[in-house]
Amino acid sequence: MSQVASSGPVEQAPRRTRAEPRARFRASLALAGLTARVQGLIVPAVLVAIWEAVVRGGLIPANLLPPPSALIATVRELLADGTLQQNMLISSLRVLAGFSIGAGLGVVIGAAVGLSAKAEALIGPTFQGLRAIPSLAWVPLLLLWLGIDETPKIVLIAIGAFFPVYTGLVSGIHNVDRKLVEFGRVYGLKGATLIRRIFLPAALPSLFVGLRTGLSLAWMFLVAAELIAATQGLGYLLSDGRETGRADEVIVAILALALLGKLSDSILAGLEHWLLRWRDVYKTIGA
Amino acid sequence: MSQPLIDLSISAKRFAERRVIADVAFQVAPGEIVSLVGPSGCGKSTLLRIIAGLDSDYEGRVSVLGHPPRLRLDEVGLVFQEPRLLPWLTVAQNVGFELGAKGASNPRVAELLAEVGLADHANAYPKQLSGGQAQRAAIARGLFSRPRLLLLDEPFSAVDAFTRMRLQDLLKTVAARHDATLLLVTHDVGEAVYLSDRVIVLASGPGRLSGQVRVDIAHPRDRRDPQLAKHEGQALELLEGADAQVGAA
Repeated sequence: MSQVASSGPVEQAPRRTRAEPRARFRASLALAGLTARVQGLIVPAVLVAIWEAVVRGGLIPANLLPPPSALIATVRELLADGTLQQNMLISSLRVLAGFSIGAGLGVVIGAAVGLSAKAEALIGPTFQGLRAIPSLAWVPLLLLWLGIDETPKIVLIAIGAFFPVYTGLVSGIHNVDRKLVEFGRVYGLKGATLIRRIFLPAALPSLFVGLRTGLSLAWMFLVAAELIAATQGLGYLLSDGRETGRADEVIVAILALALLGKLSDSILAGLEHWLLRWRDVYKTIGA
Repeated sequence: MSQPLIDLSISAKRFAERRVIADVAFQVAPGEIVSLVGPSGCGKSTLLRIIAGLDSDYEGRVSVLGHPPRLRLDEVGLVFQEPRLLPWLTVAQNVGFELGAKGASNPRVAELLAEVGLADHANAYPKQLSGGQAQRAAIARGLFSRPRLLLLDEPFSAVDAFTRMRLQDLLKTVAARHDATLLLVTHDVGEAVYLSDRVIVLASGPGRLSGQVRVDIAHPRDRRDPQLAKHEGQALELLEGADAQVGAA
């Protein structure tokens, strides 16, 4: 190699066929994807090991921070008597109901405000004002009005899910390319057909941003609602663990919430990926 | 000569207070290929929009296929400067857009795609196409509804010179096969002369007729034909005259 030392920025020496570097590039991408996934596990694995060691070594009392091994035992125990499944199911159903209602209304009202100047003038400012209220501020009012059963919880979750979906769709519709709308008009599209064939598909990417934000807010508001007044659900498990001094129960409930949040978001992300497969966007490795 | 396909006589077209077109009148006969060329701001794209029925705010009289311009796909097809394919539809769905959801499976879609050389790309999304391929898909879509008149607004201005030549030849072949009359807006005088039977030259500020060049050379034409260059020279002269505010005719 001593004789082919590069003398400038243009290096032409190792000239192979065109396909070979491309195949190698693709192989290295696949490898990078794999190692990226493995790399992502290194930090959590190390943290868990340190956690276990620190608690076992007595540096932190086990009743405040139960070691991972103890958490596994707690999970087994909660699974065995059905507590964990039961509470996960209840919470999931609440999110499903609240999110469906909130997102559904967000789509309907967002579409109206986005598509009709009259509707925007009439109700746009109202929703802008309502959006300024931190959603948790509704809680006392909801409890006063609706009691402490399922209804206020689902309404609160729906409020949380509503606004991101609403704003996402409105801004998506407002940003539809004028040229595409004109194209639709050339094809004689009007009213509902123009909306269905041009506006909605064009606004879909923005709607999905709203849906995914709305879903994560739905989980957040679920916890808020269940912490305040509930006898079932993962939020209840959280507050029950605190009252009975069981940190392990609290941590297991947190992990269950993380699992469900990630799972539901993955479903939505998968749907988004499939419905928006036509999008011309930059793709990062493993994304 | 039979009844003209387009009979246009516009005395004024204003955007706000500004007059962009003043006194433009021409006719297009069935089967003709006519180009509109002129400097930017001469209102050539606006004229096309008026003929397409997209803009009805003008002073004057316009008749397309015997009636005022209206948006009717079976009469007038439109190809824009950019391909304007809907990104969420496949190439076949775009070409058959007129028929809605079932458009892609229409046998005419496959036929047209084969004609423009995109048979293998029927199920591709627009993002997978090159600029030239996208414009070919747009031409196929413009012809899908069997229009008698195809309007093209600088259709090849966004592609490289080599692709442009191939698209010009493709347009000629396809238009001849479908018996469509073409009205083409372009800023490329060479393109106008090579493609057209007649080149209408417009002057700007405000837009008006500068003159026209008849290209009586049989198709198919040879790009190196000195006759073409001669006609191109005449058109350029008209353009320059227009620029100097002389207004030859």
